[in-house]
Amino acid sequence: MMQALNIAFWISVLTMTFRMATPLLLGTVGEAFAERSGILNLGIEGMMLMGASVGFLMGYITGNLWLGVLMAGISGMVLGVLMAFLTVTLGAQQHVSGLGITIMSSGLSFYLYRLNVPTPGGIPITVKSFEPIKVPLLADLPILGPIFFNQYELVYISIIIAIVSFYLLYKTDWGLKIRAVGENPRAADTVGINVFRVRYICLTYAGGLAGIAGSWLSLAQSGMFLPGMTTGRGWICIALVVFGFWNPLRILGGAMLFGGIDAFQLSLQAVGFKIPYQLFLMMPHVFTIIALILVSRRAIYPRALLKPYRRE
Amino acid sequence: MVLPRLKLEKRPPPTLKMKVAAAIGSIALALLFSSILIVQAGVNPLVGYFHLFYGALGDKLSLTETFVRFCPLALTGVACAIAFLCKFWNIGAEGQLYAGGLAATFFGISFLGAPSYLIIPLMTISGFLGGAFWAFIPAALKTRWKVDEVVTTLLGNWIIYFITGAILYGPWQNPVTKWPESPAISEAAKLPILIPGTRFHLGIVLALIVVLIYLVIYWGTAWGYELKAIGANPEASYSMGIKVERNMVLAAILSGGIAGLAGAFEVNGLNFHMKLDLSHGYGYTGIVIAMLGGLHPVGVALAAFFMAIIVTGTQAMHRVTGVPFPLSEVIQGLSLICLLLGNFLTEYRVRRVVE
Repeated sequence: MMQALNIAFWISVLTMTFRMATPLLLGTVGEAFAERSGILNLGIEGMMLMGASVGFLMGYITGNLWLGVLMAGISGMVLGVLMAFLTVTLGAQQHVSGLGITIMSSGLSFYLYRLNVPTPGGIPITVKSFEPIKVPLLADLPILGPIFFNQYELVYISIIIAIVSFYLLYKTDWGLKIRAVGENPRAADTVGINVFRVRYICLTYAGGLAGIAGSWLSLAQSGMFLPGMTTGRGWICIALVVFGFWNPLRILGGAMLFGGIDAFQLSLQAVGFKIPYQLFLMMPHVFTIIALILVSRRAIYPRALLKPYRRE
Repeated sequence: MVLPRLKLEKRPPPTLKMKVAAAIGSIALALLFSSILIVQAGVNPLVGYFHLFYGALGDKLSLTETFVRFCPLALTGVACAIAFLCKFWNIGAEGQLYAGGLAATFFGISFLGAPSYLIIPLMTISGFLGGAFWAFIPAALKTRWKVDEVVTTLLGNWIIYFITGAILYGPWQNPVTKWPESPAISEAAKLPILIPGTRFHLGIVLALIVVLIYLVIYWGTAWGYELKAIGANPEASYSMGIKVERNMVLAAILSGGIAGLAGAFEVNGLNFHMKLDLSHGYGYTGIVIAMLGGLHPVGVALAAFFMAIIVTGTQAMHRVTGVPFPLSEVIQGLSLICLLLGNFLTEYRVRRVVE
């Protein structure tokens, strides 16, 4: 068994690391913006599921996968606006608002699928999913080629989004406003920042990225939609935000680490270890909790998180 | 964006009547929104809802089936309500239900010769302890290391689900059919059927007793008062001498244990073996029920019965009209979302500003 863990095994693990990290990275970067502005978005799991469903349906009906990704992003943004309406405009409890959106979207994603896709004999219908692109010349490099230069476009896009998000959050006026709103909304309001608008925009962005993350699962990773196919990835994102200290670049590292754990367990399954595969599947979830235990005491949450803001 | 200028005015604290109105109004609004989806499925919503309610309440058999769903829903609803009372955000009733189901099944299939008066209490207690254990871990992590319980309970749901899968595809797998199902529990371990010819089992009565116990805790005990105080203001409770962390862990254990009972009763009252889809999201429905019921015992019981109607009725509507059954979950989520709007309107009055 051990000889199966050779260099080819590790190249495959590292190649898959980027792919498993992509939905985590997109979801977590979005979540970081939501939380930086003061809103915990527990709707993320539902937004991902909606993205997976809407993305798949678009791809299935029109045959255009990128249209699927776009509509998945838009569906997430719509849910983000709903989340903002509940938590910002109404000032409702953020936990409950997010869970409401997740429960509704979990049902709705499956409902829309059942409405539009015939399922004879319960066999899931597939679409021809995205394929990795070869970067000319570089893809032929030994070892580095398959790991870095033979990936899906969405992998590269998600990394660019993380870097741009870091720049936005830390190097622009906009980012300063977002962080101010999440730390001290009253002070931010006093200096003329529109707290409500900033939070709406952050949640819309978070929803859009979560939707695209979902479409990755149905359009790149599998080519099909299954109810509940996110299997708790949204919750891993909620934990990864803490692990990444609400910083998109640290989140990039964290997503790679957890993508790596996921890739490792999937590769071990493929090699055929005689352990029930469910014990592999739960590895990312268990490691997420361990990671949370390690960082929770040091984590500095945005101070206005969970607190609705009202003008006097 | 030019919007009419609106002003919020705080109302006096909402009365019970207003709270009830908000809950009922939010359910009505959720059904109204859902009717759009029923139209999308090519069905007249009035016809659809007729079959929903008729299928859940129309005759003796369907009514008992609704009570069969009421059992796990009332239990997960009470489980969530107790935890939410002291603001311990236990989103893990789903996982605790599975933990309870696993623990109860272990005894149910291990002691095949045991008489009913031994094995039924044993399964009940082990179900409670299984769920309690699964809730204790996040509670301990929260109080010991300040780990957010929302994330750990949510992740815990998936971890126990995968563990269940590993056991059902592993040691407990049916050797003949290869189905992911445990061996059947003994006849003696099955809960008695109270209405012959139906599936109305003892667990339903026990669930009602749990609601009564919650009523006593809520109204009649100092502990219930302490939980409410912690929920309202943990810092103030601490300075009043209430042991916040200890109470939170106790509430979590009780909450998890009650969710575990739901799992135990689903095994020995209904399915008679452990299976992967033991719960149809009952743990998450419990959150909706607890909130709709305003964490109040009577409210929780009523909300649980209503959700039992929705869950049973959408199945009937699906059979008769073909409207996809995930509508049930949509109605649940929408009810919760609309409730937030309803609660807002009971707390604030929206006024147009006249310039």
